[in-house]
Amino acid sequence: MTTGIIRKVAAAGVVAALSVSLGACTKGGSSTTNQGTSANGTTELAMWTHNAGNEEELGAITAVVDDFNASQTKYKVNIQAFPQDSYNQSVVAAAASKKLPCILDTDGPNVPNWAWAGYLAPLEGLDETLGKFLPSTVGQYKDKNYSYGYYDVALAMFSRKSVLEKHDIRIPTVDQPWTQAEFDGALKKLKDSGEYAYPADLSTGFTGEWWPYAYSPMLQSFGGDLIDRTDFKSADGVLNGPEAVAWATWFRSLVANEWVAAKGGADSTKDFVNGKSAILYNGSWSAKDAREAFGDDLVVLPPPDLGHGPKIGGGSWQWAVSSSCSAPEGAMEYMKFAAQDKYVASVAEATRNIPATDAAADQVEAFKPGGENDIFRQFAKEFAVVRPETPGYPFIATEFTKTAQDIINGADPQQALDQAVLNIDANQQSNNYFE
Amino acid sequence: MPPAVTPDLAPAGNPRSRTTLGHQPVTVAWLMLVPAIVLMVTFLIIPIILTFGLAFTNARLISPEPARFIGLDNFTRLFSSPTFWRSLQNTVVFALVIVPVQSAIALGLALLINAKVRGVNFFRTVYFLPVVTSMVVVSMLWMFMYQPNGLINVLLAKIGIDGPDWLGDPRTALFAIIVLSIWQAVGMHMVIWLSGLQTIPGELYEAAALDGAGPWRQFLHVTWPGLRQTATFILITITIAAFSLFTQVNIMTQGGPLDATSTVVFQAVRTGFQQQQTGYASAISLVFFAIVLVVSLIQRYFTRDKEARR
Repeated sequence: MTTGIIRKVAAAGVVAALSVSLGACTKGGSSTTNQGTSANGTTELAMWTHNAGNEEELGAITAVVDDFNASQTKYKVNIQAFPQDSYNQSVVAAAASKKLPCILDTDGPNVPNWAWAGYLAPLEGLDETLGKFLPSTVGQYKDKNYSYGYYDVALAMFSRKSVLEKHDIRIPTVDQPWTQAEFDGALKKLKDSGEYAYPADLSTGFTGEWWPYAYSPMLQSFGGDLIDRTDFKSADGVLNGPEAVAWATWFRSLVANEWVAAKGGADSTKDFVNGKSAILYNGSWSAKDAREAFGDDLVVLPPPDLGHGPKIGGGSWQWAVSSSCSAPEGAMEYMKFAAQDKYVASVAEATRNIPATDAAADQVEAFKPGGENDIFRQFAKEFAVVRPETPGYPFIATEFTKTAQDIINGADPQQALDQAVLNIDANQQSNNYFE
Repeated sequence: MPPAVTPDLAPAGNPRSRTTLGHQPVTVAWLMLVPAIVLMVTFLIIPIILTFGLAFTNARLISPEPARFIGLDNFTRLFSSPTFWRSLQNTVVFALVIVPVQSAIALGLALLINAKVRGVNFFRTVYFLPVVTSMVVVSMLWMFMYQPNGLINVLLAKIGIDGPDWLGDPRTALFAIIVLSIWQAVGMHMVIWLSGLQTIPGELYEAAALDGAGPWRQFLHVTWPGLRQTATFILITITIAAFSLFTQVNIMTQGGPLDATSTVVFQAVRTGFQQQQTGYASAISLVFFAIVLVVSLIQRYFTRDKEARR
């Protein structure tokens, strides 16, 4: 009898719990998605962005949306901003409960994953427009465009003319970057001068996506890669081949020679500005602080050519349309409207990032040919490699991060890379190669 | 409600509840239980059952494909993963150090602040402060202190020791996390020991003193036997807390360097969320569940043995 009661209570508990959670979902859904048709025939489209807390970017995006809403009466786009830290989880949760907004922004490397998962719809009728965008600002999966971004960021080396000249180090250019020997030689000279505990700061103190973004281009410059991009089935031979082992051995040698710290400070730009390092490896976003500190003494250098030309990571935040949008034609209309050069220019200017099109770059002072930030645009055009366009990328990214960290801390290069290949291949295979 | 139920919940030895209030206590008892049961079922029982099921599938966090049953594949993969064995080893080492050291230090502190001297409340508060501070905050603070040029190495340099890069060196990283974990949690167990100490009647100490027992023999023959129940409680809670080591690792080292601080729970979270492998992460959680269950049963066996002997 007691068990009977317990069973009844347990059952009641489950029912109560379920109804509570279901209630919460319905409520959350209706209050956040904001889509549907209102009385006067205007279709409302919800739009999500990761920009809460980033006033400049949110302001620029809001201006685009306001222009779109004013330009016609059929559709009205409503912006909802999320903090970046919880944005991806929000999208995944919304997708699981079929509450995705019509328009949303995504981090470039996630696009294939979300496209494969069926969150995103391919962009129709934009091929010509997007042909003018920097390739790294357009998210593709299986030869279809799924997203575009207003800007890209570029990786670069920062140093000071006075420091390099004092130590008799050649200042490299886009046409003539440092070779591996020159780069190693420069670090050795700076180290031997005794002025720096660690002459170069490669921002090894950063965590997460920074590692594949910043260090897989070095691997690619050696001739390796994260995965074989012909069919995205296996990393064997590219992530553990002789080129990759050479990269790993070199990467470790930077730390073993005490040219680079295994774990740098939390803010590498600040350390550079304070003179703790002679060479900084970071994104184009560091330019502002560094330029304020050093003025004309600051030099922006391409990353070294480690065998196959300098490489930098490509792909930043981009806009996409969800597959569950109830008014896809409205969402597509917005995407077309928002892809105008003047909006590319205004958003890129507000965020101080590289404008995605040539025409937009002409409208932003700093990125005009000869402008102070034009060099980043040249890097993005010449050196950018997007992260592998496979839905397995998020997994590859975590494996690469762990492997690179292990290598820099002294793990055996061949063994560490073999293990990473084993894990990545197992993941690709267990998902039937995402076909 | 059938009357036959009553004896189960209201002991027959307590006639008052039956005669004056009838069946009401039973109803009230169930009503009071409902919130706890609902929460336990929703957030504990259902997830555990789901974990059991998911561990045998290839379920993923993001996927257009439905999960497929793949038998023991996840477990085969897990047991052949060097990271898993390293994580398990770290977890066990952490627990083996934390359990005796932390409970001993907590007991020492409790004995100190149980003394009747002026200002003892001040010390109680100070020792307890880390407990009410969030582990995230504590981890961030210690991360700064552990930096190669941080507070700890600056102090060590003053006495001529060249301190290591505590969190960056595979040989010192786990030790560094152990020290910070003890510092953070020791106050909690100090308070529990203290409550145990205060249940020991003062007459026992007086009697022991009259019989000529010094402080050490008083501790051995009066204090320690009086604390047996408290000791059992502390042993079990510290063990479980030690096995679920996660926050410090996640914030300070992310399992590195070279897996030196990876733990089973950290590996499960990393696999399930960052790597999106829900099925595989469930398998890790299931193994973890089994380990904690076995350890708890062993502890239960030993503590029950002691109770029977008394």
